[in-house]
Amino acid sequence: MLKIGSYQFKSRLLLGTGKYPNYNIQRESVELSGAEILTFSVRRMNIFEPNQPNFLEKIDLKKYKLLPNTAGAKTAEEAVRTARLAKASGLCDMIKVEVIGCDKTLLPDPVETLKATEQLLEEGFTVLPYTSDDVVLARKLEELGAHAIMPAASPIGSGQGIINPLYLKFIIEQSNVPVIVDAGIGTPSDATIAMEMGADGVLLNTAVAGATDPVKMSKAMKLAIEAGRLGYEAGRIAKKPYATASSPKDGISVGS
Amino acid sequence: MNLLVNGDKVEVPDSIETMAQLIKYYQLDKKVLIVEHNLTILNKEQHQYSHISDGDKIEIVNFVGGG
Repeated sequence: MLKIGSYQFKSRLLLGTGKYPNYNIQRESVELSGAEILTFSVRRMNIFEPNQPNFLEKIDLKKYKLLPNTAGAKTAEEAVRTARLAKASGLCDMIKVEVIGCDKTLLPDPVETLKATEQLLEEGFTVLPYTSDDVVLARKLEELGAHAIMPAASPIGSGQGIINPLYLKFIIEQSNVPVIVDAGIGTPSDATIAMEMGADGVLLNTAVAGATDPVKMSKAMKLAIEAGRLGYEAGRIAKKPYATASSPKDGISVGS
Repeated sequence: MNLLVNGDKVEVPDSIETMAQLIKYYQLDKKVLIVEHNLTILNKEQHQYSHISDGDKIEIVNFVGGG
């Protein structure tokens, strides 16, 4: 079970809802992924087109926990406002704090992320900050009371997989709250590696939405994350420099 | 009555007095949305009590796809 704040989830895959080719593919992808947490963004509504469809209307909201993000915010103040708007929907109290500090890399602003996390925790939100692979920052976010730490595997939407496994491992080892690897996942094996390392979950979006067949990829990600988690729980064998035979040495009936 | 809605200057009938009426006017009353009225975020229950006046600044937002 994945426990975030007062919530419990069977699935360790958190799925983003952006950039799918269409709502049918998206709905099927969400279903096959087994995800129970879906991320969303908060944006101005097109008030002049009341009939424009919205993905929220296409899914059974009772089946999912919404995790709105504060994407678009560049300061703690903007992130806090977005979080308050999201909460006023009455649909959720979880928030992914995402304060971007660099337009090119979309890496988070550590100072503003810390400030926004502190404020939103004070206001009673369940706070999941998106962060870089900074080990000390991850610790400070946990010390503030963040309910999960979400370090990026690599830049958002880059599909590069885990580019700093050492620091990610440090973060996983030191954390007492769930660590959810967020951003940069490209393939199912990337997700498996994150889970084998001991991550508590994986949040991804583009890897599924941008795949040639998003529906198939969402299923692949589900299996990859389950496999990685099982592998982690099972405990891997130690690496050795030389071979150790799997078959018995005695009773060989060929040769002398 | 003139309002600033989502950054656009709009003119709406003077008969609109509350936020709930404005939402209905735009046919958005069945939608999941969140309203900020003159920088104050409203809960859904507040829509019918929030009085609208000329020159008010209103933001109407919703959830869209994102990661």
